[in-house]
Amino acid sequence: MNNVSAKDSVVIIGAGQAGLQVADSLRSEGFAGPITLLNGEAILPYQRPPLSKDYLGIDSPATALPLRGPDFFTTQDITLHPGAAAAVDTQARRVTLTDGSALDYTHLVFATGAANRQLPCPGADLPAVHALRTLFDAERLQAALATARKVVVIGAGFIGLEFAAAARARGVEVTVLEYAPRPMGRALSATASDWFAARHRSDGIDLRLNEGVTAIHTEGAGLSVESTAGSHYPADLVLYGVGVNARTELAEAAGLATDNGILVDSSLRTAVDGVLAIGDCASFPQAGTGARIRLESVQNATDHGRHAARSIMGQNTDYAQTPWFWSTQGRIRLQIAGISDPSDEPVVLGDPANGKFSIALLRDGVLAAVESINSPADHVAARKLVAASVALPMEVLSAPGFSLKNFAKTVLAVPA
Amino acid sequence: MPTITFTQPTGEATEIAVAEGTSLMRAAVTNGVEGIVGECGGQAMCATCHIYVRPEFADQLPPISDDEDEMLDCTTAERTDASRLGCQVKMTDQLSSIVVDVPSDQE
Repeated sequence: MNNVSAKDSVVIIGAGQAGLQVADSLRSEGFAGPITLLNGEAILPYQRPPLSKDYLGIDSPATALPLRGPDFFTTQDITLHPGAAAAVDTQARRVTLTDGSALDYTHLVFATGAANRQLPCPGADLPAVHALRTLFDAERLQAALATARKVVVIGAGFIGLEFAAAARARGVEVTVLEYAPRPMGRALSATASDWFAARHRSDGIDLRLNEGVTAIHTEGAGLSVESTAGSHYPADLVLYGVGVNARTELAEAAGLATDNGILVDSSLRTAVDGVLAIGDCASFPQAGTGARIRLESVQNATDHGRHAARSIMGQNTDYAQTPWFWSTQGRIRLQIAGISDPSDEPVVLGDPANGKFSIALLRDGVLAAVESINSPADHVAARKLVAASVALPMEVLSAPGFSLKNFAKTVLAVPA
Repeated sequence: MPTITFTQPTGEATEIAVAEGTSLMRAAVTNGVEGIVGECGGQAMCATCHIYVRPEFADQLPPISDDEDEMLDCTTAERTDASRLGCQVKMTDQLSSIVVDVPSDQE
């Protein structure tokens, strides 16, 4: 247990959900020293999830949703610094910024997030080929979408399908190319993934599985996307979402251990004294199994932020929050509690045909994860049940009239 | 411009003028109103923008969708008949002013 001193200072690299949360939570935990949040840009930190959802609709909001209002930084005495870190000296406990200035720290938090994986094919750098991560990307995409007639989406992950559904809702012709056999195959059970494939197709999206991209060509005023099947798809706009990489370069250069993320222990500390890593960029031991995982989600970012603040305050408890995720694809709302494994046994609750159901995923008789489609009540109950590692016998789960909400009330004695 | 008044459990009130179409959540987050988090960015996914609408405005509100109804069941502070998610209530020409109470806890 280390005691935080009144002279301590904190520098946080990255002002996304995770970085902001650790700053906010440090103040609410009573940390009184200087806090500097390195934003890397001169705009107020904003929420990213709406960029691929609300932001692309016809009646999209005109401005980004900030993570906190401008007064927050003054009232909480948090320095929101527009600079970006260039190097970290963990011996001297000093961060050098790209402008050559330096900041000393007692505690340093890496909240550097993730960067989009580049599309590894010729033509990926053509102007009408878009990726989506920043507000700038979203503004460009929004403008391009306003006149687009034919869109090709490369990658049927969350971003690709959220965009595809938003574009389709605007009446645009949409083709989605996915090299894997299933959409969102790494995140969803086969049952849920197959349902999404059918649903997107019935909404008019041309979803092509087992088909990757080999090149993007200029053709007339537009583009032509060449696929591994030898097909050519015309487009006036291409969006790719082919995964992300944790931003670990700065940490690596500072001598921190990385392996698909900056390695941290269960209190979110790296092996180097005074240095923590949180959110998308951190590889941490999963509660229960101890297996290393790295998650890209708002929940992970904010819960890591809260936990890291407590670690800095000297409470070295194990991080054990249940992960949850969401995606909005057109009118389909997907919520996931827990992390599924392909070997889990799926049980469908409700009726997939009416578009409102959940898939419970059992592992050794325990509810390991639940995927809910247009069923928030199931999801909320699932979060509690998955967190409690509740045993759920198949005969209970498959009994007629079984509901996760009622089951949670019974076994967890949750007040109604 | 429509106006929103957020009243804290302490009794402190903040009045904010917003453009039409602005949700209560967006107004609160943008203006740093304490006690409204909006963690999911307005998708009715997190229930951290729970507010209580004063009864005199109840009949001017949009109906509660199934999604909002189900998420309201999992707010941290107790759900009452006045409970709404701030992200699902937008200011319009029909709803030009509103007074809401912020719960004591969201997360």
